[in-house]
Amino acid sequence: MRGKNGGKDFLVFALPGLFCFVAVVIVPFIYGVYLTLTDWDGVSQDKNFVGLQNFAAVIRDKQFWSSLLLTFKYVIFVVIIVNVLAFGIAYLLTRGMKGQNFFRAGFFTPNLIGGIVLGYIWQFVFSRVFVSVGEVTGWGLFEVSWLSKPNMAFAALVLVSVWQLSGYMILIYVAGFMGLSDDVMEAASIDGASGFVKLKNMIIPLMMSSITICLFLTLSRAFMVYDVNLSLTAGAPYGTTEMAAMHVYEKAFTSRQFGVGQAEALILFIIVAIISGAQVYFTKRQEVDA
Amino acid sequence: MQNSKNSNVIGGTKKRVTDALSMVVLIIVFLAYMFPFIMVVINSLKEKRDIIKSPFSWLFTIKGLSFDNFVKAFTQMDFPRAIQNSLFITILATVFVTLLAAMLAYYIVRHNNGVSKVTFAAMVASMIIPFQAIMIPLVSIYGGTLNVLNHRVTLIFMHVGFSMAMSVFLFHGFIKGNVPIAIEEAAYIDGCTNVQTFFQIVFPLLKPIISTIVILNSMAFWNDYLLPSLVLTDKNLFTLPLSTYSFYGTYSADYGTIMAGLLLCIIPILVLYVALQKQIIGGVVSGAVK
Repeated sequence: MRGKNGGKDFLVFALPGLFCFVAVVIVPFIYGVYLTLTDWDGVSQDKNFVGLQNFAAVIRDKQFWSSLLLTFKYVIFVVIIVNVLAFGIAYLLTRGMKGQNFFRAGFFTPNLIGGIVLGYIWQFVFSRVFVSVGEVTGWGLFEVSWLSKPNMAFAALVLVSVWQLSGYMILIYVAGFMGLSDDVMEAASIDGASGFVKLKNMIIPLMMSSITICLFLTLSRAFMVYDVNLSLTAGAPYGTTEMAAMHVYEKAFTSRQFGVGQAEALILFIIVAIISGAQVYFTKRQEVDA
Repeated sequence: MQNSKNSNVIGGTKKRVTDALSMVVLIIVFLAYMFPFIMVVINSLKEKRDIIKSPFSWLFTIKGLSFDNFVKAFTQMDFPRAIQNSLFITILATVFVTLLAAMLAYYIVRHNNGVSKVTFAAMVASMIIPFQAIMIPLVSIYGGTLNVLNHRVTLIFMHVGFSMAMSVFLFHGFIKGNVPIAIEEAAYIDGCTNVQTFFQIVFPLLKPIISTIVILNSMAFWNDYLLPSLVLTDKNLFTLPLSTYSFYGTYSADYGTIMAGLLLCIIPILVLYVALQKQIIGGVVSGAVK
């Protein structure tokens, strides 16, 4: 691109894309900060400036904090299980056996399908299939639908999320394992490194860049879980599985407290940004070159 | 060299045993992953009473095997219209974001000015903002002041805006590393304008990254639920996830019909996946690793 007619270039090349971005992301984001300072209900004509009252209301909103706590619990379970499982499966997949591509493609399938459909599929599995297993075998675990008991409904949500997210992480870990140099691994074996020592001192450090990516992706996705939450449990039983993102939605669009809802959304955003920022910072420092 | 060959021979049986073992583990885990899908397929062909009797009964052991469920789901979901809406929105949004992001990224790479720097920095920073932190003001602005909700074009515009940052980021990296400026200079000497150079010389060079961006964005648009649910409330405009949601609300007790409906939603993606498996997996991995 020649720099002579910079203004015209800007209009033709940069402006259309920039306009979409600013109109959909930047303007609403800034307007959102302003919304937290008003008492708007989403419908009425007048918005009154209320200062920090909404934030005071957030502090008093017990449901928000319990949904946030639940989200933390959920994120910890999901992030750990997804990454350990995906790492393990990717390791098995890259040992040079037959059908590697077939398995990899199969594991990824849940990622192609929207969270709404996945949640409904599992709702059927939990409420009909597992219960029927319980009836036939008499196993207490499956006697009552998981979705009707608070703790089990939470476990169900974790299980479905793990199932949904791990295929994606398997792809990234497989790519990481394939990038490991055979020579280095072989050298370690010749030097007498056992399986565990090799894993701890060689494989994990060399896989750190894949781990950084996977942790980041699982963290940000798990924190913002909504679709599966909505279609699998919809917060039931008795709101015990309502995650933070769903609470924000309910606050704004069902309770019609736009200001409070947006204040909670911003707090959630800041928490996620700090946590994933810290995670990337710390895991990136662990990255080494072969 | 001789040494390592020997150890391979000695370790041969051990390796074969562990390989067989990991194959068995893999197959079991894989079947567990596929289990929900298998349940959906089997039960979509059964009548409700057979499903309640046992979700496991195989097709040949029951009499009521039929495609009635599919016919019912197809008409009740208004499947053709939902597919049409989804296709229209996904295709147009993908085309626009690919084109506009490529042009914007090209401008940023070739114009090292303040606008470029600020735009790029804002885009990278915005990538950590979750959708939930923007959705409330977004609805306020586009629903209240502008009053343009309930149009498919509005949804397309928003999809383009939300996916702009990531797409520009990917294009930016690719153009910087893989598009030599010398080719463009040759084009100018031959009398090409900036626009001609971009479309005839630069854009075709972007093919590998275009396929990544098209795959990532079209999958996200096709499966998205939250944004369309906020923008489209008119049933005639519903995309596939929206119509699945409302269909499930009406028929949740009619298991066979539900399973058939869910399967209808999955089949188009699955067909595409089988055809384009290599590209899709490659696109997802390279999109994540960058």
